[in-house]
Order: sequence, then structure tokens, then C-alpha cells
Amino acid sequence: MISWMAWTLPVAVFFSVIAFILMCMTVYEVRSPCVERKGFLPIATTRGDRLFIGLLSSAYLHLVFLGLTDLNLWIPLAISVIWLAVILRWG
Amino acid sequence: MNKTENNKAWFLVLPVFLLVAFSAVIPLMTVVNYSVQDIFDQNNAYFVGAEWFREVLRDPRLHDSLLRQFIYSFAVLAIEIPLGIAVALMMPTKGKMASLCLILLAIPLLIPWNVVGTIWQIFGRADIGLFGAALNGLGIDYNYASNPGDAWATVLLIDVWHWTSLVALLCFSGLRAIPEAFYQAAEIDRASKWAVFRYIQLPRLKSVLVIGVLLRFMDSFMIYTEPFVLTGGGPGNSTTFLSQTLTKMAVGQFDLGPAAAFSLVYFLIVLLVSWLFFTTITHMDKAK
Repeated sequence: MISWMAWTLPVAVFFSVIAFILMCMTVYEVRSPCVERKGFLPIATTRGDRLFIGLLSSAYLHLVFLGLTDLNLWIPLAISVIWLAVILRWG
Repeated sequence: MNKTENNKAWFLVLPVFLLVAFSAVIPLMTVVNYSVQDIFDQNNAYFVGAEWFREVLRDPRLHDSLLRQFIYSFAVLAIEIPLGIAVALMMPTKGKMASLCLILLAIPLLIPWNVVGTIWQIFGRADIGLFGAALNGLGIDYNYASNPGDAWATVLLIDVWHWTSLVALLCFSGLRAIPEAFYQAAEIDRASKWAVFRYIQLPRLKSVLVIGVLLRFMDSFMIYTEPFVLTGGGPGNSTTFLSQTLTKMAVGQFDLGPAAAFSLVYFLIVLLVSWLFFTTITHMDKAK
């Protein structure tokens, strides 16, 4: 039924991780509702805002690596994971 | 007082959830899958990793059309926003003339894109079109089919003709919402017309202008029909914008992998710009 979607394992893993992060954030939000706060980012943000900013900037970081270098994609991925953690904690 | 929690209300969100899943999430997942494969037919697809992204991000054709797209969108905003404000300021505020102006301004908005393209395609022709013939009659060598500058000017003019009314109508509604007391206070202070505009009207128009800029940017950023009908993207590639390049790649050449990678890059640009506008609007509301 879903053969037309041409699923591949890396894409399935990617979307599963995104879905897992969203589920965790939902459970975390229900257990401990967040309030907007100001970190090192220039605007006050909620937890969801910081996740969105972290994911979007990670996507752009991957594009920069792909467009400008021939380096392995594990490098921007590692930087993105650290960046996401930093932005969620101190952003 | 104890608050009763009823989580059954979440089921009301289910139809929207299903609709978004069918119309956005599942197609997006499919595009991501296509972007990492070389697809020949339904049973022949080979995983190529991020190869298409590398190819697309280093393709000079796409750099050119991205640059053209940004120049076009900023030119549209640079013309339509000040012109829309000027038209709104000059419009009569009361009486039959006000209603007539509103109707006249709304007419271009009702015309479909392809019809607008066709109107200007004929209107701009040097042999049978009034606009083209008039310019040539004045000694200006105007030909949108062979001169890239003329083609650009015409595509811009089409958008200005079609959509300045939207900005004007938004600004008009913003101006009508300013209480009379502000103008009375300005009159007591003997404020000049410029001071009234600078310190009363313009700050009060900020919210509608942000919406106007967002709408016009997004709409001009996905422009397809008008240049397609008018010039087919030519002369050369001078009026080939992002959506046309993408369509050529996906439908014309049937390069599904590169087209999928390209549409994801396009999607990320649109997502970033929309988020910037959304953040600006919400922070302006909070500042109030």
C-alpha cells in the first residue's frame, strides 16, 4: 500500500526520530508545562520554539556542508545534536 | 475550585490531524524518500544518499534562478508596499467615491493569474497590443519576447498591476482604524502632513504592513503562471524563477530525485522566511 512512497531505511529512521522527539516533548510539556524565557537567543522562546529553531538551523547546517564541502555528513549531524542540546538548555 | 479535566476534547482535533497528514505530512515524507533515490520507475529505485542535494546545491542554473527569485521578490515589495500606502492615503474616506474606489481596487484581485498573463501578453505586443505599440510609437524599442530587460519590466509590471490593490486595501483598512482623536491632537499641535504620516499613520499601519509584506513576499516567491504565460521563462532563462525551474526538472525532464531535493531546499527557504515573519508579528503583538 505504501510502496509508492518509496521508503528507505535512513528516511524512516529520520522521521521516527523526529516523531520520537515530538512525543517526548509532548509528555514533558504535560508533566512540566514550560513558560517563555529569554536565553542567549535574541527573543523570548518556549521549549517548542527552541526545538523548532534548533531543527531548522540544523537543516541549514547540513545544507551548508553539502553545498560547500565534501565532508562526511556525520560531522554536521554531530554538530547539530550538540547545537540542539545547547539551544534547548540555554537558548 | 477544582478544575475538571476532560481530555476527550482532543478527539475534536483528529479531523484536522488526518487532513494535515494526508495533504502535507505524507507527501512531504514521500518527497524526502524521493530525494535520496535515483528513481527510474516504480520498481527501480536506487539509494544515492545526499548526492542529489550536493548536485542541486552546486548547480549554477539553480543559483541563478534563486538569485533572480530574491531580486524579483524584493523588487515587488519595494514597489508595491510604498505604492499601496500612497494609494490608500489618497483614497477618499467617505461617500460614494470611497465605495467606488474600493470596488475598482478589488477588480484586479478577482482575475486569475493565467488570464492576467494572457492580457499582458497581448497588451505588450508591439504589433497588436496597445501598451507595446504605444511604447514603440514613442520611440522606445520595447519587445518583451527578445529583450531580457523588457521581459523583467513586464513581469514586474504585471505583478504591480495585479497585486498593489491588495496592499492598498490592507492599508486603507488600517488607516480607517485610527481613532479621530489622534488627528485632532495632531491638528492642535499644528503637525505637518508628513509628521502626521510619520508619527501617527505609519506606526499604526505596522501590523497590516507586516501581513501585506508577508503575503506579497510569499506570493511573489512562488510566482509561476505569469512569466510562464508571458515569456515561457525567456528570453534565454532571464525570467525563469524557482518554481519554473523546479517544474521543468520534475515534469519536463522527469528527474524526480533532483527535483525532490530541490523542492526540499525550496521548502526550507519558505519555512525560514515564514517563521521570521510569524516571529515578527507575534513579538509586535506582545510589545503592544
